[in-house]
Amino acid sequence: MRNVIIVARRELVAYFASPLAYVFIVIFLALAGALTFYVGGFFERGQADLEPFFNFHPWLYLFLVPALSMRLWAEERKAGTLEFLMTLPITTAEAVVGKFLAAWIFAGIALALTFPIWITVAWLGNPDGGVIATGYLGSWLMAGGYLAVGSAISALTRNQVIAFVLSAAACFLLLLAGADVVQSFLKSFLPEALASAVAGLSFQAHFQQLSQGALELKDLVYFASLIATALVVNTLVVELKKAG
Amino acid sequence: MTPLIEIEGLGKRFGRLTAVRDVSFSLQRGEVLGFLGPNGAGKSTTMKMITGFLEPTAGHARVAGEDVVAHPLAARRRLGYLPEGAPLYGDMTPASLLRFVARVRGLSTARWRERRDWVVGRLDLSEVWHRPIDTLSKGFKRRVGLAQAILHDPEVLILDEPTDGLDPNQKHEVRSLLAEMAAEKAIVVSTHILEEVEAVCTRAIVIARGSIVADGLPRVLFAAARPEDVFRRLTLGDAAHA
Repeated sequence: MRNVIIVARRELVAYFASPLAYVFIVIFLALAGALTFYVGGFFERGQADLEPFFNFHPWLYLFLVPALSMRLWAEERKAGTLEFLMTLPITTAEAVVGKFLAAWIFAGIALALTFPIWITVAWLGNPDGGVIATGYLGSWLMAGGYLAVGSAISALTRNQVIAFVLSAAACFLLLLAGADVVQSFLKSFLPEALASAVAGLSFQAHFQQLSQGALELKDLVYFASLIATALVVNTLVVELKKAG
Repeated sequence: MTPLIEIEGLGKRFGRLTAVRDVSFSLQRGEVLGFLGPNGAGKSTTMKMITGFLEPTAGHARVAGEDVVAHPLAARRRLGYLPEGAPLYGDMTPASLLRFVARVRGLSTARWRERRDWVVGRLDLSEVWHRPIDTLSKGFKRRVGLAQAILHDPEVLILDEPTDGLDPNQKHEVRSLLAEMAAEKAIVVSTHILEEVEAVCTRAIVIARGSIVADGLPRVLFAAARPEDVFRRLTLGDAAHA
């Protein structure tokens, strides 16, 4: 655990040492705000909640989160620092979890900086704080899911652009697994039960629940197991690629 | 006395390519081994296996009695490693990078301060201490790489071309540093520079096409002829006589 924190701390400092952190936060905040107010019709709805804000998160994360995760391992491999890191007395799993945690904390910071929108809605009306807090938790968990998948994919390549594109594609599939288009396509050749099992893997359904304030164990378990599975795969990929 | 480095029948295959074949040697405290050979001979691959970065496909490597595959963390704690080209996190400063290494290696704050002062003084890092590593000259980068390898004062040092890219004065500095540390450690240094082997190494191993072709005292190995000719004869085989 100690090593996980040491790795996470180094990684987090590295984010802020590069312009990436600031570009990411500014773009994230600008887009989140613009989508909520202009596309989501925040004012026109006349309701004191953050539904138009959270609804865009799955789509916003689709291209912003892979931008965070793409460098995690691909950059180490390209710069050769993987050899430096992996010959220090830390395990691969510690490095994987540490790097993931740093990215996840960073995403959490970006998300937390959207707090003015909560203030806005609280000033205009009387929103349910519990629903909003659950929405934030759901959004952060979903960011973790995207990140873990992106981190595992980043370990596959030394090219950050490839890592970005593959991660975005993988997350797109995970996001849309439950959408009507995908489901009717799947049901055309898969048994009903299997198609709905695929739908169960979708980010969208689980996040929807949380963003509407429904804090259910199954959604938390879903995100936790998605993250855990992706990180186990990530560890195996680093180990296998290292073995030459 | 158990040797600090024990290598037995070490081999590495990448698919159908055999990069290292049946390499065996052991090194006692106080020995400095010069690892010589042309590019692609298997020097770096062998060093990567000793440090546990690459898993051998044959044989065993032990560092201070710890098998690098069975007990990788125990082995890595006992060694310091400078990878080829000294890859480092370019956005960090030497100060933050070495602090990170000290934390990972579990140095106490007092010990960190003591070792930091020693490496900064010994490797002359004070003027670049707070500058991003990306902006440093090749010589300074190499010295920061060396600093992270010796920070925890390990018993075993594996240095892949530590003087590559340094100017003659810096080369001299690194050599005298190695000589100074030699008595307490077992050191493996890979290099292309034959004079370097004669200057600092107590033993030389020449490797070609993945196998050891010569192992002995540098002055004996290179006594008969000019070092370059010996190197060419050993590593090119009969082609060198033509």
